Amino acid sequence: MTSVLQAQALGKKYGRRWALRDCTIDIPAGRVVGLVGPNGAGKTTLLKLAAGQLEPTSGAVTVLGGRPGHEPAQLAKVGFVAQGTPVYNTLTVADHLRIGARLNPRWDAPLALERVERLGLARGQQAGRLSGGQRAQLALTLGLAKRPELLILDEPVASLDPLARRAFLQELTQAAAEHALSVLLSSHLVSDLEQICDYVIVLAGSRVQVAGEVGRLLAGHPPLGLEDLVLAYMDGSAVAEVRR
Amino acid sequence: MIWLTWRQLRGSATMTAAVLVVLATALALTGPELASTYAVGIEACVPDGTCIDFFDRFFAEHDMAFLALTLVVLVVPALVGLFWGAPLVSRELEAGTHLLVWNQSVTRGRWLAVKLGLAGLAAMTAAGVCGLAVTWWSAPLDRSAVPEMAQMAPIVFGARGIAPMGYAAFAFVLGVTVGMLVRRMLPAMALTLVAFAAIQLAVPLLVRPHLMPPVSGTFELGRENLDGIGAPQGGSLQVFLRTSAVPGHPGAWVLSSRLIDRSGRAVSAGDGSSGPSSTIVRAVPVSTTSGPCSPQALTGGGCTAEINRLGYRQQATYHPLERFWPFQWIESGIYGLLTLGLTVFSFWWIRRRLS
Repeated sequence: MTSVLQAQALGKKYGRRWALRDCTIDIPAGRVVGLVGPNGAGKTTLLKLAAGQLEPTSGAVTVLGGRPGHEPAQLAKVGFVAQGTPVYNTLTVADHLRIGARLNPRWDAPLALERVERLGLARGQQAGRLSGGQRAQLALTLGLAKRPELLILDEPVASLDPLARRAFLQELTQAAAEHALSVLLSSHLVSDLEQICDYVIVLAGSRVQVAGEVGRLLAGHPPLGLEDLVLAYMDGSAVAEVRR
Repeated sequence: MIWLTWRQLRGSATMTAAVLVVLATALALTGPELASTYAVGIEACVPDGTCIDFFDRFFAEHDMAFLALTLVVLVVPALVGLFWGAPLVSRELEAGTHLLVWNQSVTRGRWLAVKLGLAGLAAMTAAGVCGLAVTWWSAPLDRSAVPEMAQMAPIVFGARGIAPMGYAAFAFVLGVTVGMLVRRMLPAMALTLVAFAAIQLAVPLLVRPHLMPPVSGTFELGRENLDGIGAPQGGSLQVFLRTSAVPGHPGAWVLSSRLIDRSGRAVSAGDGSSGPSSTIVRAVPVSTTSGPCSPQALTGGGCTAEINRLGYRQQATYHPLERFWPFQWIESGIYGLLTLGLTVFSFWWIRRRLS
């Protein structure tokens, strides 16, 4: 099975503090991967390293067989929607779609237009005047319409209401199935991930506590649900026998 | 990428262009009249040798416009660095939009190259148009300005010719680099302003005098380098020597000017009385009670001739006006190299260090 992301002893240090250390994982392709952990556990750092926004302090990371972020071809294969879903406040929705179209070789214009229409984003509206949820939807549209092979999302649903949250997660599952898209998304809410993830990584204290298929993890601990299991791993009270 | 750069720049670029068009139009409309007034005045003053008076009158009539325009040209590069350079990267970092744009299928290096190229070109164009238009308009005034405001004078030099383009390119890239390092827009703007102002002060004071070895010369005293002679009651004769003019080299940039006696020693300052700020006062031991320098005779030219006869001279180092264009090219070259250095650094930084 091919890997979408491989990390070997990956670490990142800010000043004297390790935000992420000794991270070794191998994520198979075609999965929807949930990255969970408490605030400050290193989720954003891991995602930025995978997207090529950060350079590792130690170790190495390979995404879709290439070094993250260094060439246009690599950038085109990996979509990244950053935490807080940043957009240009002074540019309109249409401007953002044009950025996507101009800067991405595989841009899916019909998909972007359809999504923007469906979500009721007025194309002439400045992004700064959209609601938080709408801004997030705009950033997510850019990520999806780029047609990456791997879509990385950092807390993508944090500013969405529960309905929009469910709808987006469903859309993501669909896109993953239709376009053979792998997804790596973080959240500190396990309930979000429970809906759609078939693979989970638990980060706590800058280290990977466990990583594996949801089914296998649950099978190893029959009475526990995903939420309890994840919480147990965050605590460090569970045995890491499923770790691989 | 070109589209995005234009989309983000077009508001301020359009505004700048509009202001420049207004300025250029105003200069184009008033320039010919200024030039013809000058030509007529010269024609009238040459036969009777009163051109110095004409220059004074002509310059005084337009000195406000002259100074204001000079100031505009000096300020444009700073504004460019402040409002186009400093926010270029820092605004993206502050809003987090770098995470959006640097994850499209365009590398950061390419993103920066297009941004620096287009906005930098716009910055240089704005400063260049402004500088050359003002240079053209001010030509008659530059020929009649007092020595302190001549073309080679530190303030005026930087507002003429091609130097403003070099300043603008440098200020812009300086702003971009500071923005990258500081990562926040307002502090980056403030720091860019302070750094650029410091450099713009340091260059004329410390660097420009040495672009070529200055010429030294010894000159007889006369109308061009003396601002007057005074004889206070019972005191020694006071000579007011100009510090910014040498005879026979109108428009020269005088670096040093002192009064020496027959044996080549500098004459000291005497009792500490002072004249206009553009002069130094020197006490010359000549009789002020009788002879050509007595109060009754001072109005004639005899006293100056007497001082010259006694061997007193102006000793000066200066850059003649003919060096204006060589200096413009050298200084633009220096700023060009600084710009290149900062550009290389910013590419390295955005690839290796910035996240």
